[in-house]
Formats: sequence, C-alpha cells, structure tokens
Amino acid sequence: MERDSSVFLLGEDIGPFGGAFKATKGFLQHFGEDRVVDTVLAETAILGAATGAAVVGMRPVAEIQFADFVTTGFSQLVNNSASVHYRWHIPCPMVVRLPSGAGIHGGPFHSRNPEAWFFHQPGFKIVAPSTPYDAKGLIKAAVRDNNPVLYLEHKRLYRHIKGEVPDTDYIVEIGKGDVKRTGNDISVITYGSMVHMALEAAEVLQNENGVSVEVIDLRSLMPLDSELIFSSVRKTGKVLIAHEDNITGGIGGEIAAMISDICFQFLDAPIKRIGAIDTPTPYSPTLEEYFLPNTKKVVAALQELAAF
Amino acid sequence: MKEEKKKTTQPRWSDLNLSNEKLIKMYRDMLLIRRFEERAAQEYGKGKIGGFCHLYIGQEATGVGAIAPLREDDFIYTAYRDHGQALARGMDTNGCMAELFGKVTGVSKGMGGSMHFYDLSKGFMGGWGIVGGHPPLAAGSAFATKYQGRDSVTICFMGEASTNQGVFHETLNMAQLWKLPVIFICENNGYGMGTAISRAMAGEELFDKAAGYEMARGAVNGMDVIEMYREMTIAIERARKENLPTFLEARTYRFRGHSMSDPGQYRTKEEIEEYKKRDPIETFGKELVAEGILKQSDIELMDEAIKKEVQEAVEFADASPQPPIEVLYDNIYA
Ligand SMILES: Cc1ncc(C[n+]2csc(CCOP(=O)(O)OP(=O)(O)O)c2C)c(N)n1
Repeated sequence: MERDSSVFLLGEDIGPFGGAFKATKGFLQHFGEDRVVDTVLAETAILGAATGAAVVGMRPVAEIQFADFVTTGFSQLVNNSASVHYRWHIPCPMVVRLPSGAGIHGGPFHSRNPEAWFFHQPGFKIVAPSTPYDAKGLIKAAVRDNNPVLYLEHKRLYRHIKGEVPDTDYIVEIGKGDVKRTGNDISVITYGSMVHMALEAAEVLQNENGVSVEVIDLRSLMPLDSELIFSSVRKTGKVLIAHEDNITGGIGGEIAAMISDICFQFLDAPIKRIGAIDTPTPYSPTLEEYFLPNTKKVVAALQELAAF
Repeated sequence: MKEEKKKTTQPRWSDLNLSNEKLIKMYRDMLLIRRFEERAAQEYGKGKIGGFCHLYIGQEATGVGAIAPLREDDFIYTAYRDHGQALARGMDTNGCMAELFGKVTGVSKGMGGSMHFYDLSKGFMGGWGIVGGHPPLAAGSAFATKYQGRDSVTICFMGEASTNQGVFHETLNMAQLWKLPVIFICENNGYGMGTAISRAMAGEELFDKAAGYEMARGAVNGMDVIEMYREMTIAIERARKENLPTFLEARTYRFRGHSMSDPGQYRTKEEIEEYKKRDPIETFGKELVAEGILKQSDIELMDEAIKKEVQEAVEFADASPQPPIEVLYDNIYA
C-alpha cells in the first residue's frame, strides 16, 4: 500500500473496528478513509465493485468477513471477476481475503474452506499461506498480480502460529510450493492449517517408526507447483494428500489424479487422502473434533502408508 | 387520600383485548430472556459455550411484542441473534441452554449452537447465520401456506444491516407482487456490528426501503412491548385477512456488544446509558405495577422463579451428554 496508491482495502467493519479478526487494525489511522473503505453489509456489491474498480486501474483488496459469506457474492466472482481477462483481454488485479477454516466452533456457516468452489473455475489464482513469512510474501505477490487472487487465511492460524517476518519488501512467488521438511519415505502434500499437523506427524513418524516424511506446503493452490509435487513423489514413491476441506470434491482428488497420471510408475502404494468428513461443520466441539483432520489422524495415515 | 390516588384513565392497552394474564406473560417472557442471556454470558466466560454468541439484551420487547399476538400455527424466521425470539415462542429453556453448550439435548441437537436454534413443533424456523440469507425462506413459507389454503402467517425478523443485501429487496418485491401473508420485522438497533446505520444507509428512513414496492410499512418503538403488540396486531390482520405483507421497522437498541468478543469502541457509554433508561423490562414492569396488575413483590417472586428455571437449565445442559458421532451422518439426507 505504501508503494502503490492504487491499492485500497474494502470490506465490512475493516475501518474503525479493524476487521472481525483485527487483520486491518491501525490501517485506517495510517492510510485514511479513502484507502480503507468500510462498506455496507453486501458481499455482492463489495465483490462486484472491486472488480469494476480493478478494471479501471485500481488494485482493490476486499475482505470477506468469513469465507462462508463469499457465497453471497458468488456470481460476481465467478461470472465477472474470473472472466474479465478472458472476454476483454485486460487485467483484473484484485485480491479477495477469505478467513476460512474450522476449529473455532463456528458451526455450519462460519467454518468453510471455500477453495474447491473456485479451483474449478478457470480465471482465479488461489493461495493459502501456513506461516507468517509466507502470509506476508503471498499477500504482496497477490496485490501485485494482474489477476483475481483469492487469499485464504486460516482463522485458527491467526492466533496459534508465530514466526519470523522480515521487515524487507519480499514476495513469495504465486505458483511455487515449499518443502517444509525434507524426507525420503513418504510425501505429504498439504497447505494451510494442515501443514502444521503434517510437520508434527512427520516428527512422530521419525521418532517412533524411523520413517522419513517429506512435507510439501503447496502455498498456491492455483496454479499448483506440479513440478515440486512430482519430484517429491518420484523420490518417495508414497503420497498422502492432506487438506482440512472435506474429501469428496476437494482439491486433493485433482492432485491425486495428476500424480497418478504423471508419476504412476514411481508409486509404491495407493495415493492416500485425508480431510474433514463429508458433512457440514457441526457446532458441538466434540463432533467438530471428530469431523476435522488432526495430527493423530495424519500419523495413522502415514503409518498405514509406511506399512504398505 | 386513597380515593384521590385511584386511577380514572384506562390503561393505554385497553383497545387491545389483552388479559392481565397475557400482560403478565409478556413481562415474564422478557424477564426470562434477560436472565437466560445474562447467565449465558457468564457460562460463555467460563468456556462452557463456544464459538459465537450474540445477545438480545435490550431488544426483548421487540421479540416478545411481535410473537405474543401470533397463533400457534404461524411461522417465525429470524437471524443469528435468536435466543430471545426462541424463548418468546415458548421453546424449552433447557433445550436452548443445552444447544449453547453443544449438547445432544439441545434444540438443534448440538449441531447448530447459538445462531441456529429451531423447533418445528413451534413453527420456529430458526436461527440463520448468513446475514440476509433467510428472508426469502419466509416468503416461501408464506407462499406455501397461502397455496395450501391455511390462514397462517409467517413473520421474519432481521437486523437493519441485512436490508443492505440485495436479496432483501428481491424478497420484498416478491412478497408484495405475489401478495404473501408475511411480516418483515426489521430490528433497527442502530448498528450492524461496529457500523452505525448512518454510515450504511443512503436514505433517511429505513422503513422507506419498502416504499419502492408499495408495501405497507412503518416504524414502531421496539422498546415498548405494547406498541410492538399493537402494530403487529394490525400487520397480522392484514396478512391473515388480505394476504398482504408488511414491513415494520422496530426501533430498538442492544445493550451488550455485537457478540461476546466486541469491545464496543464504536459507541459511547453515555449513549448506552441513555438507552438503558428506557429498559423495556423495567419500564413495562413499572407500568404493570402502576396499573395494579402486578405488585413489586410479585415481580421479585417471579424473578426468583425465573432465576431458578435458568439455573436448572444450566444444570440440565451441563449434565447432558455430548452428541454421539452418528448424528453427524444421520442428518445429511432426509
Ligand atoms: C452474509 C454475511 N455477511 C456478514 C456477516 C457477518 N456479520 C454477522 S452479524 C453482522 C452485522 C449484522 O447487523 P444487523 O443485521 O443489523 O443485525 P444485529 O447484529 O444488529 O442484530 C455481520 C456483518 C454474516 N454473518 N453474513
């Protein structure tokens, strides 16, 4: 925002209130009302107006208070934002920030992981950072990109993960994954909140089973860093794909298909997937715990793969 | 002396055909909501209630005054600030508290939590967490009852911020065009989260949003249970007899934060205090005492009984079992 005055923020209660998750706290004081724009409660208008502004030279960053509410503005994103360049051959540089994910007892309408809805629609880029370092690098990359970028922020990570963030102006390139732990026996392909569970599980497998697990943090879901995925699978021959979104129709299915297409001869075991079970998100904390993937479930899946 | 004090004027509700019993019930319902939520806030603080919890405290008269004149075969839709309306509809206090606790004995079996109460047997169709998402459901409900030849009406509560969603306008147009027996009650408490209505609405009068559809409309003091009852009686008659919708703006105020985690820096203490002077429960209680319908001692006894009811609800919720895993799968398809 400092380097480019065409960047502005818009969303519900992002100004004096600082956002439902306080992500924009202090922005209003620093950048002023012209650039930190409180909107009315109307996701359709927010996303449509962001698209319209992007087309005439602005770089809007829209906050949708909870990713679930993006459904209200679905048509604007899918029909308008995603198709601008295809139809008019002009850029549509906008970012939509989507606080997503479960685990905070939000119940069925405040817990969604929305990536699969948009993954299916050509025209979007989708990123999902798991660390503060990547969060900064990816938001900068997203703002500078000339396409609509959906930026998934896992709500539970806001308060649960700490990490070093350099003061420098760096970016994390969209489309590049990251090896968060190197290993030789099994690859875990994951992103967002599951990266941390995968790392914990990898530690358990090393200590208890002597199995060396590689953890690939995709960081970008569209485009996928297929080269990184394939090279890891060629090395290990066994794959676990882990996401918090529910399994059926989740992006893990697409990744599995890509791997079996390109790396079939390198596979020593069936590709395994782990994710939330195929139900809406229950409010009851007990049920939610059962519903969600966790470190223990990742460990069990890895042990199964190791034994194969 | 005594003679002089005796009232000669009629109570202001004399035109409403309200029995003393009914008046007392309305007072009791408001007090129950207040005590239930005060306790819910405490239990939230103790970690017994998770997720999000939006209190209705301050707005009790709106819900009670709107629901009291309904019939049992009428339907109610509301948004996520739903505890008050659920209790006003006579939903089980134990089941409501257990839902907040996420227990299987809860009104939504622990699957919905604070924002998603429902009870089909009472025509209480929820508790909806997507702002502006539910008004078209109310229109559909009114369409169905009209089609089926029943003379039920559907009422639909919503916060003022939800009227900024496009679907609100789509629904109003449909309701007027199709002449549906539905009443939209917009609880204007002045704020959508931290945004004051003056920062969110282009026009002057909220109820004029219905003008473009030529719908019967108006504003009512939502902190006065009798005024709510009066306006609702008219709107219900219009819906039941003429199949015509109404848009009613109930002007009210929430005394607490938007949710449990709201520091409330967007409004002043003085403003809150000013509204608290108009506390809907206190003012109505005083009026009932002045009219000789209740004695102060009756109110105290009633309060004790309600506190006991709420205490029992907490104990019930605490002792209730967690939902079994099967319920996750049981309810996906009919
Ligand atoms: C579609 C959607 N957008 C945003 C939200 C987040 N949100 C929840 S309540 C709220 C404010 C609503 O205010 P209002 O409708 O006036 O109701 P009140 O809280 O005053 O009862 C917001 C922005 C949501 N739940 N759903």
